[in-house]
Amino acid sequence: MRAAVIVFPGSNCDRDVQVALARAAGTPPVMVWHKETSFPSVDLIVLPGGFSYGDYLRCGAMAAHSPVVGEVAARARKGVPILGICNGFQVLTETGLLPGVLMRNAQLRFVCRTQHLRVETTRTVFTGLYRPGEVIAMPIAHMDGNYFADDDTLKALCDDDRIAFRYCDARGDGGADANPNGSRDGIAGILNTARNVLGLMPHPERHADPLLGGVGGAALFEGLVRALAT
Amino acid sequence: MTLKSGVLDPQGKAVRHALGALGVDGVGDVRQGKFIEIDLAESDPERARESVEDMCKRLLANTVIEDYVIEIGG
Repeated sequence: MRAAVIVFPGSNCDRDVQVALARAAGTPPVMVWHKETSFPSVDLIVLPGGFSYGDYLRCGAMAAHSPVVGEVAARARKGVPILGICNGFQVLTETGLLPGVLMRNAQLRFVCRTQHLRVETTRTVFTGLYRPGEVIAMPIAHMDGNYFADDDTLKALCDDDRIAFRYCDARGDGGADANPNGSRDGIAGILNTARNVLGLMPHPERHADPLLGGVGGAALFEGLVRALAT
Repeated sequence: MTLKSGVLDPQGKAVRHALGALGVDGVGDVRQGKFIEIDLAESDPERARESVEDMCKRLLANTVIEDYVIEIGG
């Protein structure tokens, strides 16, 4: 699997994703600077976490209009798998590749902790190595992760099996106590209608090596490698 | 730009609580937003408004959650 990681000014998880991808795929990803308008043909594009363009205007708003993201969007429409993590998820909603928006956390505080998640669908190239309903743990670290979409959008996400991850407790139960940011319906990650674009707030790359304290995210990268093996 | 009605505004809510803590009476709902000032070369007010409308839709506002109001000054 050949992957590309898009690097914006202010990205700070690009190296972590680079290491996680290299470990899973056996070859390092191509790192692509935000000013590029073309880059090699790849099997996967990752928009990493961080604070692209200093979160100016709205998180992800500036990155959504950067030169490279026009090319990312074009490839997404052709079916290339796109993974947006944290700020990358915010960029995907700002481009319109994913519906809804990530608002300020309901408690108005930056939240940084290890969070339990329930895998809600395994019908994707991203989550094929998890078991349906599996409870996993990944770090979260964000100020604006409060997912909002209107009722019709939410219904479509549920009906189409496009909610990839929900926040939960260690036993897999959702509810307000397990919801770290006020997200509607406890949503932690969603897919587009074609199921080739995934955005999630948790950081799989930060739990992809036992040395990092957990491997809850490793299966995501290993699953991608298996699904996209060429 | 302000959040649409129906979209929970936790920052506005926090400001309302803070005003209450200061002893300010009679404060109902508080909505927090953004104010952006733009200098334009265009001198025709109608064309200026159209241009800003386009900017709002494409970048300045996220119309999923935000409403915007445009005022043209002299």
